[in-house]
Amino acid sequence: MVDNEQRIEFFRQMARIRAYEAALQANYHADKTPQWDIGAGLIPGEMHLAAGQEPVAVGLCANLVKDDAITGPHRPHHLALAKGVDINKMTAEIYGRDTGLSHGKGGHMHLFDPEQHFSCSGIIGQGMPVAVGQAMAFARRGTDNVAVAVAGEGAANQGAFHEALNLAAMWKLPVIFIIEDNDWAISVARDTATPIKDGSLRGTAYGMPSQRVEGNDVEMIYEACKTAVDRARAGGGPTLLEIHTVRLWGHFEGDAQAYRGEELNEAAERDPLPAYEQRLISAGILTEESAAAIKAEAEAEVNAAIEFAKSSPEPKPSDAYLHVFA
Amino acid sequence: MTATVDAGTRRVTTAKAISEGIAQEMRSNPDVFVMGEDVGPYGGIFGSTGGLFEEFGSARIVDTPISETGFIGAGIGAAVEGMRPVVELMFVDFFGVCFDQIYNHMAKIHYESGGNVKVPMVIMTAVGGGYSDAAQHSQCLWATFAHMPGMKVVAPSNPYDAKGLMISAIRDDNPVIFMFHKGVMGLPWMAKNPRSIGPVPEEEYTVPIGKAAIAHEGSDVTVVSVSMSVQHCLDVAEELEGTTSVEVIDLRSIVPLDREAILTSVAKTGKLVIVDEDYKSFGLSGEIIATIADKDPSLLKAPVERVCYPDIPVPYARVLEYEALPTRDKIKAAIAKVTA
Ligand SMILES: Cc1ncc(C[n+]2csc(CCOP(=O)(O)OP(=O)(O)O)c2C)c(N)n1
Repeated sequence: MVDNEQRIEFFRQMARIRAYEAALQANYHADKTPQWDIGAGLIPGEMHLAAGQEPVAVGLCANLVKDDAITGPHRPHHLALAKGVDINKMTAEIYGRDTGLSHGKGGHMHLFDPEQHFSCSGIIGQGMPVAVGQAMAFARRGTDNVAVAVAGEGAANQGAFHEALNLAAMWKLPVIFIIEDNDWAISVARDTATPIKDGSLRGTAYGMPSQRVEGNDVEMIYEACKTAVDRARAGGGPTLLEIHTVRLWGHFEGDAQAYRGEELNEAAERDPLPAYEQRLISAGILTEESAAAIKAEAEAEVNAAIEFAKSSPEPKPSDAYLHVFA
Repeated sequence: MTATVDAGTRRVTTAKAISEGIAQEMRSNPDVFVMGEDVGPYGGIFGSTGGLFEEFGSARIVDTPISETGFIGAGIGAAVEGMRPVVELMFVDFFGVCFDQIYNHMAKIHYESGGNVKVPMVIMTAVGGGYSDAAQHSQCLWATFAHMPGMKVVAPSNPYDAKGLMISAIRDDNPVIFMFHKGVMGLPWMAKNPRSIGPVPEEEYTVPIGKAAIAHEGSDVTVVSVSMSVQHCLDVAEELEGTTSVEVIDLRSIVPLDREAILTSVAKTGKLVIVDEDYKSFGLSGEIIATIADKDPSLLKAPVERVCYPDIPVPYARVLEYEALPTRDKIKAAIAKVTA
């Protein structure tokens, strides 16, 4: 059972992620005016933010240790932060700085932190088999570590997802497949992309324990992940969890989202952060003041990371030729 | 080799030119339909299908799940039954998840069947970088496709050619890979060269696949390029007018490659610069040089200069990416070197 100390920690982690995404959003757009240009500014390129999906990352990662692995998707910040990736190095990477995780080579869709066994990819669904391989390594070496593959519901229509599920089930590997169902794959609604309403059926089809988790509730997500992680650590094999969450903002920054219509307002009402904050305040676990202090602390940490990134040196142009081979 | 239809005065973006070409073919041919991710109400991430959903509806403008092997394979199936699908692969970089359908099936069926089965489909796909989209969303890869027999490969540099090549591609009885560089689309949300908006006739017309264009006539040096880089080459050619007479060849098609156009120009200038945003080694630039070496190496009066993407994955940070990309400065330096 979740205790109050954990609840406060969940809130703190979610507030930290939200502060991060909000600050990146503001900074991303700040120097793309007056003529908005995706390639301009201190943070150029595509930017996929995860506001609304904090409960998934926090509920999951509360069950993980440093040597457990995550392969994430193109929308990776919430997972990276919750997993423990260094906020300064990650931010510097997003700013394309030499102090970044990858010296500016990777960018926001390609964050690699071997210390935390964290990686992500911009090619949909393709992190899933990689997690299977990490689980293979853990199992072969006799550790009790687990690997987690996280992807959107759109990715579950990709062949790699199905191949990965079958392999993990066949070999009974310590993998947890997490599908973040935020209802949308860019402009394509979940219901127009698959007739399957409950994605856990797909795990069942491959013979693994599977569950769809409704509510975008960090505590329920934590419990579902705990069951899955405990089972994997104990040698019980893989689990598929489809977690219904919400994409509060555009697919990428700059997405006008005309295709969402009325649903966009409904989505805003499903924002998990104010809801959880109110719940903890009503239950007397937090006060208005302590909640505000947690948020202020998160903002301060995020601002410091952005300052670190901005004041870090850029890579040398000639560094472009480094690292093609080991 | 040059335009056969008067372009008129209406100016549109390359994105609009492409969607207009598709729409016109769809109106006259019920076998044409479009399939891909976000091609419907969104209008294509890069605008290649803008307005089509509104006119033709979901029966002919089909949004797909993220299942490229599935829907590209389905395009092949529809094509072998005589339809003419235009299938969008959102970024060419995603070819990795579906290349078996593309190469072992789409490109080989006609040959394997001894010419009995045609696959008249178009795969249109976004290529190119320059806006920090990093290693998995910025490649050109035309040489990868061109290397493998059985597919035509086109890559227009401007709106006029884009519309004409799209119509040719749809009418072609072979599979055609239609590669549009994001930078030539004239998108409102990306920095652009004014050349991405240009005169396009309202009526239907074709630009022949396999024919290069002399985009700028000159006599001192031949600069061969394709797609976005052509725009940089033209900027440089115009800037150098009066000092160096630069002939810019816009290949427009990579397969078939207009080798005659290259040879004719090099025979005239004796100097060659190749500007290619695709990877340098084992690719288009080497093929162009081989074309000359095969025919008559003595055409060249100076060593060739190649302004190509170095053999590195595309880095994210702007300083790193621009170190690697073909730029006007690098093109100018290359021209200066071969004409020195
Ligand atoms: C193989 C592949 N196909 C298409 C894309 C383009 N693309 C990027 S994100 C995205 C939608 C992903 O939807 P989902 O998996 O549900 O994740 P979400 O964006 O909703 O978090 C698409 C189609 C891609 N990156 N890779």
